[in-house]
Amino acid sequence: MTRKRRRLYILVLFLLGLGTATALTLTAFQDNLVFFYSPSDIVAKADVPYERNLRLGGLVEMGSVERVSGSTEIRFRITDLQHTIPVVYSGVLPDLFREGQGVVAQGRLGRDGVFHAHELLAKHDENYMPPDVADALKRAGHPQGEADPGR
Amino acid sequence: MGDFSTWLAMGGYAAFVWPSYAITAVLLIGLLVVSLWNLRRGEAELARNDRAGRTGAPGRRDRKVPHP
Amino acid sequence: MHRFANPARFQRLAGAILPWSAGLTVLLSIVGLWFALVASPPDYQQSETVRIMYVHVPAAWMALFVYANLAVASAIGLVWKHPLADLAAKAMAPIGATFTGVCLITGALWGQPMWGTWWVWDARLTSVLILFFFYVGHIALTNAFDDPTRGTRAAAVLALVGVVNLPIVKFSVDWWNTLHQPASITRLDAPAIHPSMLTPLLLMALAFFGYYVTVLILRLRHEIVCRKLRALRLTQGMGAPAMVEQGGS
Repeated sequence: MTRKRRRLYILVLFLLGLGTATALTLTAFQDNLVFFYSPSDIVAKADVPYERNLRLGGLVEMGSVERVSGSTEIRFRITDLQHTIPVVYSGVLPDLFREGQGVVAQGRLGRDGVFHAHELLAKHDENYMPPDVADALKRAGHPQGEADPGR
Repeated sequence: MGDFSTWLAMGGYAAFVWPSYAITAVLLIGLLVVSLWNLRRGEAELARNDRAGRTGAPGRRDRKVPHP
Repeated sequence: MHRFANPARFQRLAGAILPWSAGLTVLLSIVGLWFALVASPPDYQQSETVRIMYVHVPAAWMALFVYANLAVASAIGLVWKHPLADLAAKAMAPIGATFTGVCLITGALWGQPMWGTWWVWDARLTSVLILFFFYVGHIALTNAFDDPTRGTRAAAVLALVGVVNLPIVKFSVDWWNTLHQPASITRLDAPAIHPSMLTPLLLMALAFFGYYVTVLILRLRHEIVCRKLRALRLTQGMGAPAMVEQGGS
């Protein structure tokens, strides 16, 4: 075996070992790498994490947003189309916060089943198109144009 | 000039769009200028060495230690 | 002297490429910026902030691409001891770090108005920050030793360790829930981006690629010059002791 060949084998073995170790570590910490839980994730948990700080993500249910007059409080429901959790939040809304759009709320799930958020982040999808194309899609009844572009 | 100021306003997001482009330009052009400048400086030094090598005794010009 | 043979061939090749890559970069930047800032529509959801994508996404692509280049150069340098590969790795790292920095900064400037935050510790953002640290670590290690070959070897090992981070950056948005959205361009025949927005994105990506080629050639030439200067200094500095040695033998 030449020296170069030996160095190459050492390198390949090193990379294989490193890759395996990383894959194992990532699998072990799978749960911590998740930025947010969906309503279904939370409902499916044997021990529902009441009163613990967590992030809840999903879509803002269409027609669920209620603004409490005279305050910055806002109530809406986060859904993943299977389960739905009501949310209360008061504070600044990100510009992308809209019904039908993705959102990630950080806060605590109360025993009453209402999620009290103290931070709200908007999550956008991977679709990019001009407003007129979105309108045309909406008219054609395509689900992609459903979110209300009005602000 | 109405169109131009609307364009500059970037739909109210001027404070995010323009800095993005400005910072990208500054970093990329900065790296280019530094790389070019380093290359020029290195080439100049090499040329000085070459000239010195041709005029004086080959490879002995920069000797600081006196010959024993 | 065979060690200088390859750099000489590189210099000829680079001399042929350089005017083209530099010219194309300027041309593509002008056309790309025109499309990015003027001739493309606002997004139906994100309105004008979508224009940040045209520098953010090409920078992110290049950050990953340059790292892949760095890893290949490091492997060639370690296994085959190819001198040009070592110099290439050293020349690449600052370019990759710059692209990663551009990606992180423009990402923050995009995240603040759209997501409502400059930064979150989700899998995508965190793994890109780690990529940046690998680049910075590579630059630091390369220059950490008095003996440049030791620095090069240590940095090459670091570069190869960082390879595991590349698939994590790329697939983090698919493997885990993240605030960052998944990839829009998974296949070029059916991207989730309207053609009017894909045009500036691809033009800017090509411009960034041309920039990379151009700056890499300049930096690599500088590294070759430095190597020659080091060799010269070494022969000059060793002039007297070499004679003593000669006399002794």
